[in-house]
Amino acid sequence: MKENKQSPRTSALLSIIPGLGQFKNGQKVKGGIFLGLFILFVIEMVFFGGNALVGLVTLGTNPGVDNSMFLMVQGTLQLLVTIIALFFYGVQIRDAYQTAVRIQKGKEVEDGWKGIRDSLATNGFPYMLTFPAYALMIFVIILPVLVTLFMAFTNYNFNHVPPQSLISWIGIQNFHDMFFLSSYRATFLSVFGWTLIWTFAATTLQITLGVFTAVVANQSFIKGKRLFGIIFLLPWAVPAFVTIMSFSNIFNDSAGAINVQVIPFLNHLLPFLHLHGLPWMTNPLWTKVALIMIQGWLGFPYIYVLVTGILQSIDQNLYEAATIDGATAIQKFNHITLPAILAVAAPTFVTQYTFNFNNFTIIYLFNNGGPGDVGGGAGRSDILISWIYKLTTSNTPQYGLASAITLLISAIVIGVSLVVFKKTHAFNMD
Amino acid sequence: MAEKIKKTTTSSIKRKRFFQHFFTYLYMIILSIIILYPLAITFISAFKNANLQAFTLNFSGPWSLDNFKQLFSTTLYGTWYMNTLIISVMTMIVQVAAVTLAGYAYSRYNFAGKKWSLIFFLVVQMIPTMAALTAFFVLGLLVHGLNSFWYITLVYIGGGIPMNAYLMKGYFDTVPYDFDESAKLDGAGNFTIFWKIVFPLVKPMVAVQALWAFMGPFGDYMTASYLLRAQSKWTVAVGLQSFISDAQNQQFALFAAGAILVALPICLLFLYLQRYFVSGLTAGGAKG
Repeated sequence: MKENKQSPRTSALLSIIPGLGQFKNGQKVKGGIFLGLFILFVIEMVFFGGNALVGLVTLGTNPGVDNSMFLMVQGTLQLLVTIIALFFYGVQIRDAYQTAVRIQKGKEVEDGWKGIRDSLATNGFPYMLTFPAYALMIFVIILPVLVTLFMAFTNYNFNHVPPQSLISWIGIQNFHDMFFLSSYRATFLSVFGWTLIWTFAATTLQITLGVFTAVVANQSFIKGKRLFGIIFLLPWAVPAFVTIMSFSNIFNDSAGAINVQVIPFLNHLLPFLHLHGLPWMTNPLWTKVALIMIQGWLGFPYIYVLVTGILQSIDQNLYEAATIDGATAIQKFNHITLPAILAVAAPTFVTQYTFNFNNFTIIYLFNNGGPGDVGGGAGRSDILISWIYKLTTSNTPQYGLASAITLLISAIVIGVSLVVFKKTHAFNMD
Repeated sequence: MAEKIKKTTTSSIKRKRFFQHFFTYLYMIILSIIILYPLAITFISAFKNANLQAFTLNFSGPWSLDNFKQLFSTTLYGTWYMNTLIISVMTMIVQVAAVTLAGYAYSRYNFAGKKWSLIFFLVVQMIPTMAALTAFFVLGLLVHGLNSFWYITLVYIGGGIPMNAYLMKGYFDTVPYDFDESAKLDGAGNFTIFWKIVFPLVKPMVAVQALWAFMGPFGDYMTASYLLRAQSKWTVAVGLQSFISDAQNQQFALFAAGAILVALPICLLFLYLQRYFVSGLTAGGAKG
């Protein structure tokens, strides 16, 4: 009796060497597989993994022979493999324990190839379905993100290009430079300031425009709703890079439609305004104004479509009751329409802000982040993400610093998203 | 009493209604013009003389198809278009397959670690993948993936998986569980239930997923310009940008012709499939 009680723990303890616990539970095939995988991992560690982890720590010792970046990537990969192996190590110990508990309770325990195939087809089915997604995510997202994370703490830049020279760990030097080194600090603050203004102005404009258009276009008396609906959808349907490049031509100081056609037309229509051509591409202020307007143009249809869907689901009786009570149109909007929209679309609105925070395409393609420059290779309309791009593609690349800024951006975006997801209970799933 | 008030206010209500209608239509027409104007300029410029002096809306002739001919004879546009198509189709197939399977598993099964792995998806989804560009570059050097399509395809797929797997789970959730139950009673296996019962019901959503995955590489400039450095490997976005990036020699007409050939098919696909993703948009939103 006593021995029987200890048996789950014994199985778990035996599984410190993977597979032994399963052998004790009488699952020979399963135990064999686990033991085999364990031996494979040990062999991998001896011939490759150990060196890879050491390489991650030293980043190479022999300039011209060791490629520090490759060592870092291989080391990171090994780190991931090791973590995954440790995870499964824990899983197999748990498996040994639970199987022993089942034996104790007198339940049947399957083994053999057929048993394994059967359990893969039933309990294992969801794992097999999610496996491709996980494999892709680990190697295509987690690995590069980890490498970026590590890179932020190295001196990888144009002075240290592997394999000619080695890269080394420099702690938080990059972050320190960003905040305290006068030249970078000025650039960083300037770019960061405009990034915040840009994010706030452009996103607020596109949301306001989208909500307003949806409310206006959803009134029951309007004829030709389908046609207007398709027109309002067009800025979303045409690939953004095409329209941004077109706008870049349209706002061209000397040959663009705004200066050559629109402003003369407005002058003709309203002569007392005395408008004249504006330096859209050569004056930072006007570039910024143009960027915000264009993002309003590009981004409002998505909000418009979303809000139109919500409006159509609002109970019309609410409006009738409000009308009988003598509510004005604005009161109706504030007390019925807006709360209904926010209840559904608030998370989407926030993701629009985080999207524009990293909206590389419009900034880079409209005026190449220019005009002018604020030091560190950044132009006057560059936001953080386009500055990173320039830092790593210039003739004097600053990979370490760029990675440090990347981490900062990611922290901000993840922080904001976490708050939103928590608020909207997206984590409370079953 | 009430009758009297009604009579005196009728004319003011009528006037108010007229203004409401007038300004509504005025707003919608002005907005339509603002939307159509830049699109029309690009469209019309494509059929104009190659050495276009100004990028404006100008209906006066002569009209020609020379820009399109030039596009395929003197530039690599055809190659770029094919490159983009190859990358887009590969991305679409792999991503939709992975995302559909994962979404189905999360919707239909209870398994150990489900909640945490879903949260993992959500958190990973928040990481701006393009922020890891430098790492993609170094990894690309290591595995000889720069200038090759399989590598950039993997990058696109990886970036698309977390969010879309989460969305697919939401779509699968809208299919009633009764269907699976009755099929199970009839002795259908796991795979049969998935392929024969549930999958056909979410086909429209899979189509939308496929459209998004397909359009991703068409719309991306950043990753493509970073990982595909050789001119013959460029995608359309990178190639088109090269037509107008040289301030001394901006080829507006050539750009416009190339832009139409990309924008038109995508735009039509989008409008054709819009009713599906519009309903999905609000369904997903309502779930939070």
